[in-house]
Amino acid sequence: MTQLPRLASAALLVLAACAGQASAQALAPTSGRTLAATCTGCHGPGGHSPGEIPSIYGKTETQIVQALTEFRSDRRPATMMNRHAKGFTEAEIAAIAKEVATWR
Amino acid sequence: MSRTNLSRRGFTGSLLAATALSACAVQPEAPAKARVVVIGGGFGGTTAAKFLRLEDPGIAVTLVEPKSAFSTCPGSNYVIGGLSKMSDITHGYAALTGVHGVRHVREMAVAVDPVAKTVRTSGGQTLAYDRLVMSPGIDLRWGAIAGYDEAASARMPHAWQAGPQTELLRRQLEAMPDGGVVALAIPGMPYRCPPGPYERISMIANYLKTAKPRSKILALDAKDAFSKQPLFQDGWAALYPGLIEWVPLGKDGKVVEVVSGEMTLVSDFGQRHKVAVANVIPPQFAGKIARDAGLADQAGWCPVDPFTFESRQAKNIHVIGDASIAGAMPKSGFAASSQAKFVARAIAAAINGRPAEAPVFANTCYSLVGPDYGISVADIYRSTPQGIVAVQGAGGVSPRTPADAAAFRHLEAMYTHGWYASATKEIWG
Ligand SMILES: Cc1cc2nc3c(=O)[nH]c(=O)nc-3n(C[C@H](O)[C@H](O)[C@H](O)COP(=O)(O)OP(=O)(O)OC[C@H]3O[C@@H](n4cnc5c(N)ncnc54)[C@H](O)[C@@H]3O)c2cc1C
Repeated sequence: MTQLPRLASAALLVLAACAGQASAQALAPTSGRTLAATCTGCHGPGGHSPGEIPSIYGKTETQIVQALTEFRSDRRPATMMNRHAKGFTEAEIAAIAKEVATWR
Repeated sequence: MSRTNLSRRGFTGSLLAATALSACAVQPEAPAKARVVVIGGGFGGTTAAKFLRLEDPGIAVTLVEPKSAFSTCPGSNYVIGGLSKMSDITHGYAALTGVHGVRHVREMAVAVDPVAKTVRTSGGQTLAYDRLVMSPGIDLRWGAIAGYDEAASARMPHAWQAGPQTELLRRQLEAMPDGGVVALAIPGMPYRCPPGPYERISMIANYLKTAKPRSKILALDAKDAFSKQPLFQDGWAALYPGLIEWVPLGKDGKVVEVVSGEMTLVSDFGQRHKVAVANVIPPQFAGKIARDAGLADQAGWCPVDPFTFESRQAKNIHVIGDASIAGAMPKSGFAASSQAKFVARAIAAAINGRPAEAPVFANTCYSLVGPDYGISVADIYRSTPQGIVAVQGAGGVSPRTPADAAAFRHLEAMYTHGWYASATKEIWG
């Protein structure tokens, strides 16, 4: 991406934004907000679970990074979260934590 | 503008960029911002409509869905097994319209004009869109099993779209005398909810075990292996020994014909099974409106760009959920909703001139083998130019022999209900 001439790279982003059709090259990295959208299907909107699955709102960034990192390396026991956490990079876990920490 | 124009090979410089930029200029401008029409108020469509409004309240969103309340397929196996009631799995659109400001048109979409960018409804309205999101789910392929048409489904329910069919199958099980055989005809891939038939077998077995203990289940399958198979079969052996006979394709499990008047299922090699209750789950394809709009391939499912879910056949139309071909993602409500959240964000980004993000999707499907015995499968997905793939080394099914199996299955049974509560709050709440 950085190797592309400035105009071309800017145009690529515009293209992707305009057409909604994107090449892998033109894409911005997945935002914390998009990544954290995978959490709420089970943990509830804004991390407020109405049922049997634990809520995840009101946590600090550090708590979330620690939990996901431990799930990822199977150091924290889980039924499901170890399988999910392995799907994300360290940087993505940091981005998820930053987003989820805003949930009150 | 086709996807190939935008591929690494096709993008060569500012000339093409200039052309594309001028195409951009025809997009509508603020303050009207944009009109998005969503067809289908199920898992994919309702999520998309709500999240478009959450992403940008400046976008006018119209949902076209004939129903005033939606009964979910998730949980419908518990109604069939007698653990839940229809009211437990039925959700209205009050929050979507009242809180989130989505306009709900209670009609069918009957035609799409991708050039004029309009949707015509059964009530004669013409709705103009800048973007169209389609999540019409599945239609059943009447006639794919000889003799299995809509009339036959009144005697041999499919119960693969939740509603009256779900209640019919439940009533038939209740009316059946003890000692009867309950047959299921299960299709080959792809179809809605890969583990669904096996959860249904489990829930029917759970009912028969106490209510009609001399009865049997005969599961006739058009394939040789199925989702979470070892986990289901371990559970069946533990909870319902001798009650379930599963007949794979290789043992003549494929049902090719039904004679509904005689309650008979006919296999590929001509075996005739006369049964007391028959749950026939026929092969499926994308909902009619998607096929009529020319969005489906020959097999009846809709090819999409793996980065945007934009149709390969028509610009500005995104097909999500069961109707789409989503690579490794299963046809599940969780997957449809995950796709919808991403697509809503991508559409809002495009409308607001923000760059598109690299997609990430998830799926988590819980199944009840018994009321206190849950199992699951999960995956995280990424998009590649060749399609959507599951992240290697992540996801997978519940362990077959966890340290404390009873505790593990109990927790996953609780989480089965927990997922349902969270997901339906996120979508219809
Ligand atoms: C027995 C069973 C159990 C299941 N269990 C689970 C589970 O535990 N977890 C899970 O994640 N998934 C589960 N599923 C799968 C899940 O139900 C589907 O994958 C999901 O509903 C797909 O969402 P969708 O938006 O594509 O379609 P749907 O949710 O079916 O929504 C489609 C909607 O579009 C509407 N529609 C169709 N055509 C038109 C038109 N022309 N105009 C207007 N509206 C239209 C329909 O009325 C419908 O409301 C299960 C399925 C079954 C059958």
